[in-house]
Amino acid sequence: MMKTSRQLSIKKSSVVKNSNKTRVSATQKRNNKKKISMILLGIVMSLFWFYPFFLIIINSFKTKAEIFQNTLTLPAGMNVENYRTAFEKLDFIKSAANSLLITVGSLVLIVFVSSMAAYALSRNTSKISSFIYFVIAIGLLIPFQGIMIPLISLFGKVSMLNQPGLMIMYLGLATSMSTFLYYGALRGIPKSLDEAAVVDGANTFQIYWKVILPLLKPTTITIIVLNLLWFWNDYLLPSLSVNKEGMYTIPLKMFYFFGEFNKQWHLALAALVMVIVPIIILFVVLQKHVVKGISDGAVK
Amino acid sequence: MLTNRSKSFWLLLAPALIALIIVLFIPLLTGSYYSLTDWNGNTVGSFIGLDNYIKAFQDQGFIDSLIFTAKFSVVSVILINVIALMLATLVTQKLGKWTTLFRTIFFMPNLIGGIILGFIWQFIFNKAFESIADLTGIEFFAGWLNTPATGFWGLVILFVWQMSGYMMLIYISFLNNIPEEILEAADIDGASPLQTFFRIKLPMLMPAFTVTLFLTLSNAFKIYDQNLALTQGGPYNSTQMAAMNIYNEAFSMRNMGFAQSKAIIFLVIIVVISIIQISITRKKEISA
Repeated sequence: MMKTSRQLSIKKSSVVKNSNKTRVSATQKRNNKKKISMILLGIVMSLFWFYPFFLIIINSFKTKAEIFQNTLTLPAGMNVENYRTAFEKLDFIKSAANSLLITVGSLVLIVFVSSMAAYALSRNTSKISSFIYFVIAIGLLIPFQGIMIPLISLFGKVSMLNQPGLMIMYLGLATSMSTFLYYGALRGIPKSLDEAAVVDGANTFQIYWKVILPLLKPTTITIIVLNLLWFWNDYLLPSLSVNKEGMYTIPLKMFYFFGEFNKQWHLALAALVMVIVPIIILFVVLQKHVVKGISDGAVK
Repeated sequence: MLTNRSKSFWLLLAPALIALIIVLFIPLLTGSYYSLTDWNGNTVGSFIGLDNYIKAFQDQGFIDSLIFTAKFSVVSVILINVIALMLATLVTQKLGKWTTLFRTIFFMPNLIGGIILGFIWQFIFNKAFESIADLTGIEFFAGWLNTPATGFWGLVILFVWQMSGYMMLIYISFLNNIPEEILEAADIDGASPLQTFFRIKLPMLMPAFTVTLFLTLSNAFKIYDQNLALTQGGPYNSTQMAAMNIYNEAFSMRNMGFAQSKAIIFLVIIVVISIIQISITRKKEISA
């Protein structure tokens, strides 16, 4: 293999000497052809990927009878009655507000708690510090199901279910990963910065607040993106810890809605589209941050 | 400055440590104890030694769910990573504006939660596939999710659709980190795109595999929401994953102690697999 490729390169360079121009235009043509076929392949794959969404959307505008007849054709008209009913039955505004409260509350807790911990650990090189770091890293390996039963039982015993309890549980479950990411970022922030701030008369908390936290912003975005998708979409933990109907999050409400309207796909589909669209719009708007957040989270 | 003796060090650490102790470590300890009792959720159970563990290994439903989970994980981890790598290679071909569009569409399913994804695919498999079967008369599309095999592949398809875009983003960031000069040099040397992929890109992607394999493997093993919304474990528990088996044992049957022994077995399996996987891919990283 290597031999042939070397021979090829020798052949090519002699061609280059003879007629540099023809080579350029030939490769350009080859590249253009390649580019067009790649775009075509991408379009086919995208259509394939998007098709489930497309089916859900077109059928959400159909009547029950239309869906029964054929699910692959376009709807006869734009029937928005499904949406009106689903919006009411889902208690959409309230469920969305509940989801938002839990998501934002947990995110705020996690950002501050884990960045503080990572800051303390990164600025202390003692054995105790590395031991605590190790203990926190253990949390990365523990699957939720391993502690699910005693966790719910513990929080139930001290009457800490529903919203505040849920936020604390998410905090505990997400701390390891977030501290880990912040710690990685902090190793890249020179200690001389802290020392300069000390000389200027700042105390530890002022340094954390005014120097460190602003510098950690890219990591904060990563942590928000990764955890936001988890908290917003989670069903298992809320299903175990929310016991008041008025506090149901979107996934919870969706599950009960589905049980109630089992064979009524026209309503179910409108509900599905309704909960999917806001998060997709949000993603398209914030796409740059989301993509960067996920990439940074993986590279570190 | 932030020495072991300084108050600030411990104040900064305290909230994280308290949260971890309450949410992870106390349940880990009490859970280990519960797994040795016949606790039913209400009364304090009496100590019965390793009986629950022995019972768990004899519980055919639990064993079946573990085997099903393992099969599901192996198949979907392979498919997800192969497809994600293909998508990432496609999207990094300098396609101008198309890049963003493709990336957005491939990532989209990942924005949606497991419960909602399960319902979407229930519609596709039950209704849309039925329409295709009626229209074309192709038997393949009829009766999906009604048999163990179609239930299995239904779950795999759903999960691959969901996760591939996420893993694609990770591969993209590693592919973009490969220095341009190396790829140009390979091109000048006459390496074919396939040679470039297998000889240059793949070895340089080794650090990516540590992350992607860990994420796909642990997410596949822990899957619950999708399982509940798509098949509910049916038909006849044949598509019940380990997480659902544990959940039902605890919260439907109220056999909390017994369920916790299953949970600990599950935990040990995941920890062992994760450690093995990380140490293997790390080794590969160094040699590459």
